[in-house]
Amino acid sequence: MPTPFEYAPAPESRAVVTIASSYGLFIDGEFTDGTGGSLKSINPATEEVLSEIAIASDADVDRAVKAARRAYTRVWSKTSGAERAKYLFRIARLVQERSRELAVLETLDNGKPIKESRDVDIPLVAAHFFYYAGWADKLEHAGFGSNPRPLGVAAQVIPWNFPLLMLAWKIAPALATGNTVVLKPAETTPLTALLFADICRQAELPPGVVNIITGAGDTGRALVEHPDVNKVAFTGSTEVGKAIARSVAGTDKRLTLELGGKAANIVFDDAPVDQTVEGIVAGIFFNQGHVCCAGSRLLVQESIADELVGRLKNRLGTLRLGDPMDKNTDIGAINSLEQLERIRHLAGVGDDEGAERWTADCELPAKGYWFAPTVFTGVTQAHRIAREEIFGPVLSVLTFRTPSEAIEKANNSPYGLSAGIWTDKGSRILKMASSMRAGVVWANTFNRFDPASPFGGYKESGYGREGGRHGLAAYLHVD
Amino acid sequence: MASRLEVRKTYKLYIGGAFPRSESGRTYEVTDLKGRFLANAALASRKDARDAVVAARKAQPGWAGATAYNRGQVLYRVAEVMEGRRAQFVDEVSRAEGHPSRRAESVVEAAIDRWVWYAGWADKIAQTLGGTNPVAGPYFNFSIPEPTGVVAVVAPQESSLLGLVSVLAPVIVSGNTAVVLASELRPLAAISLSEVLATSDLPGGVINLLTGHVAEVTPWLAAHMDVNAIDLAGVDDRALRTQLEIAAADNVKRVRRPDTDDWTADPGLARIRSFLETKTVWHPIGV
Amino acid sequence: MSPSPVALIAEPGAVGDVTRSDAALRRFLHGLPGVDQVGADARAAALSTRSIKTTAKAFAIDLAISMIDLTTLEGSDTPGKVRSLCAKARRPDPHDPSVPMTAAVCVYNDLVGLAKDALGDSGVKVAAVATAFPSGRASLAVKLADTRDAVVQGADEIDMVIDRGAFLSGRYLEIFEEIAAVKQVCQEDGATAHLKVILETGELQTYDSVRRASWLAMLAGADFIKTSTGKISPAATLPVTLVMLEACRDWFDATGHRIGMKPAGGIRTTKDAMKFLVLVNETVGTEWLTPDLFRIGASSLLNDLLLQRQKMATGRYSGPDYVTVD
Repeated sequence: MPTPFEYAPAPESRAVVTIASSYGLFIDGEFTDGTGGSLKSINPATEEVLSEIAIASDADVDRAVKAARRAYTRVWSKTSGAERAKYLFRIARLVQERSRELAVLETLDNGKPIKESRDVDIPLVAAHFFYYAGWADKLEHAGFGSNPRPLGVAAQVIPWNFPLLMLAWKIAPALATGNTVVLKPAETTPLTALLFADICRQAELPPGVVNIITGAGDTGRALVEHPDVNKVAFTGSTEVGKAIARSVAGTDKRLTLELGGKAANIVFDDAPVDQTVEGIVAGIFFNQGHVCCAGSRLLVQESIADELVGRLKNRLGTLRLGDPMDKNTDIGAINSLEQLERIRHLAGVGDDEGAERWTADCELPAKGYWFAPTVFTGVTQAHRIAREEIFGPVLSVLTFRTPSEAIEKANNSPYGLSAGIWTDKGSRILKMASSMRAGVVWANTFNRFDPASPFGGYKESGYGREGGRHGLAAYLHVD
Repeated sequence: MASRLEVRKTYKLYIGGAFPRSESGRTYEVTDLKGRFLANAALASRKDARDAVVAARKAQPGWAGATAYNRGQVLYRVAEVMEGRRAQFVDEVSRAEGHPSRRAESVVEAAIDRWVWYAGWADKIAQTLGGTNPVAGPYFNFSIPEPTGVVAVVAPQESSLLGLVSVLAPVIVSGNTAVVLASELRPLAAISLSEVLATSDLPGGVINLLTGHVAEVTPWLAAHMDVNAIDLAGVDDRALRTQLEIAAADNVKRVRRPDTDDWTADPGLARIRSFLETKTVWHPIGV
Repeated sequence: MSPSPVALIAEPGAVGDVTRSDAALRRFLHGLPGVDQVGADARAAALSTRSIKTTAKAFAIDLAISMIDLTTLEGSDTPGKVRSLCAKARRPDPHDPSVPMTAAVCVYNDLVGLAKDALGDSGVKVAAVATAFPSGRASLAVKLADTRDAVVQGADEIDMVIDRGAFLSGRYLEIFEEIAAVKQVCQEDGATAHLKVILETGELQTYDSVRRASWLAMLAGADFIKTSTGKISPAATLPVTLVMLEACRDWFDATGHRIGMKPAGGIRTTKDAMKFLVLVNETVGTEWLTPDLFRIGASSLLNDLLLQRQKMATGRYSGPDYVTVD
């Protein structure tokens, strides 16, 4: 009689990281008090308050921008590319050296499983700094003319789903190209950005080159609307992205936006079925579905839909939801109560619209914010859950009959960030990939990221690219 | 010798490969710099703009799907046909912009040569702006530029032909289709250009040309949810520019702000780049 | 894939249908969904990061010991060597009777009788490699005689090899018939030897071939499918085992019948063994976590498991002098 093979708890130690009871704003190379009050950053898996975070007021934002301007004018614009490169290499190494600390802190603050922060987020952060470090003294070879010039001060606002990784996507290319930055992390996940400030200190980065200010929407608005910023880079919701585009209208500020998505993950009847199931899982349940490029719309060829969904459900039954600090956890906590309520609301809309809800059988912890992996079948293009970004572990399953129908349905969205294609037929992959109105197409894989690989959207998913040679353009005057 | 009475041309819009009058039935008087009557141009309405967008959208997949070689040939053909009507363009530019004919000649020549320059780009954009990316894993990863889609273009006001060609060619060379609003006060060369386009193997709808008031037409284009990008080159009014950018945010349009009046300079790649998306494709490498 | 082979094979009489001709069998095997190598590798790698601690680890170590086919397949094997192997299988740790026995010992067929005597009624099974192991290069008559020899001597289990040459040249029906014939010998004269079919995945190379060979073996009556002879590298890799377990899972879904799985070769450490058990647990489920359905072909693995077991019992690290060399 076989005995169940239950995995005993395997918690990562949180002793590797020290969290201060409160944090100020990192401006001009030092932590200073904010004057806009404070907010609490909590662990979404336990609702425990982790730290009190300063809210940057308009005056604080102004101070940060001034520091960045000063650093740009006096220091950074006069620092050679080769020297900038070495600072970035230093930062990359420091991230590697402190990777365990960063991973633990990310998981505590964000709720994502430690195996993801440890194996995905933090390694990619280091890789991103390594990648852009190498560009700093080679910009004239990047294909933007012989004299690419920095823009000046960059205002950067990032989301809570990949806190430190999004910081790296913003800061690494900005610094490599000779800009200085004021970065605002999301209000629910500021801690790794504040630890990054300490990495800047260890790297002996000149004061004011990187400024980290915390706060919520008002702080972000003050930052992007500050008259002395030359560049605004934003990752977040399409709604806020549009507001930012309006706010920079009529100015000379350069803008790049990385916004929402509602990606189609298209499965043909000749797909490599087991890897496809894995790809569907990675597509929508990685990081609790808090991924702008998540494969939230499964478009499956009708002839195999029942079998594929059956296999998918079996697989979802093996996902382990719970303590994000446990090394065996696959699905962590929803980042905030607000997000949890949004997911619940949209899932409720799915019910109301007549889609069939299936939920993985897993016990949700009593405290914290949780949502079990959920699949809606019987969804059509007319359902809101097939059109709106849920940003949670909720998959909508639609069917198609022919490749042209799949293309039509996949593209029938105001978004255009990513798409997935699963088939063993090479020519079909290329046809489908070229037909997708989306910035990233994963064929027979999903949710892969690399600093050398440009990332960004079509249509309402934003403009500009992050990553790769293309990512430099966002921070340069180019010919 | 008794002078012959000139046969004048009716200047119309160019939409979907046809030359309609404005659906509104309106026209406006176009004069030379000294205020002398040149022609009545169609005064495009919001519905004309809408029809132009529909035509541009319809033509877009086919134009983007044509081979780059083919698009290059079509652009070169535009230059060839323009060359044949060189005298007409010199005359129109001279009268509209008040240049002496030598200067007008050089402007027309530059405009023709600009088509040739961009024609050569058609099949080099992907190699120049795309490439393979060495990702850290067993994946083949490449990035390719793709056209943004339907682009609204507000042509420069002063440089009615060279400026127009300089903003139009980089939009369509990569596979975008365009709805262009000609120089408001100097639209005649633009309309003649559309006659060239109509006879240059350019599929109908790839370029749609409107004449009319900037302040009247551009808000409709900027707010149109099926327009993917807008080039504000010819929007001189700062307040209008701001208003258009705000409207453009509704569907996250790519906005190119006005940045130059010097249309004789080397264009570089910036304008082509402004109306491209980058698509990155991943595929595992395995057996 | 519509209807998929899994659905197809569930139809009554389907097995007979798909094996009635070379063409039908080829159509079936080539109609199986493909395996993307990178995706399969990534899945296996992801599962290998599972952290097995404390009670789970203690359970898993004993489970792994009980799943071992303790193996010696050397030209230099002697009666003395096999006798000490059998002693080790019966009582892996002489100082600790709570250590479970291994599942079986695995030897060449000339040593089967000796092993049977040495193991007596301990419950440890005797497995014999047969069918011109490891190459499989012999006539069918020789392979059947080889098998019969082992069965007659009392082998409880036969580990046969498939003809990889036939597989790679597409002669699937020939392999099917050979396996079926060997299976018949296993059951001759009231014998009930279980049949493990070795695919020698290192020679098949692609996961597509591994999946096809797995199905071919299951169609032909294998009780277990087994990765490797141990004589070819790579042997039992995690992704190959994953692909074979997926075949077992699909076969069960279609037929309701559970086929066993045996990775063999290259599994040397407790950490390795844990990864394989995780793979089983999360691919086919806990029903397979029994020596009846999962075996590990190994030799040095046993001592590493014992060292880890001692560490868990005493809280200090043990050393090679505290486990027996054979």
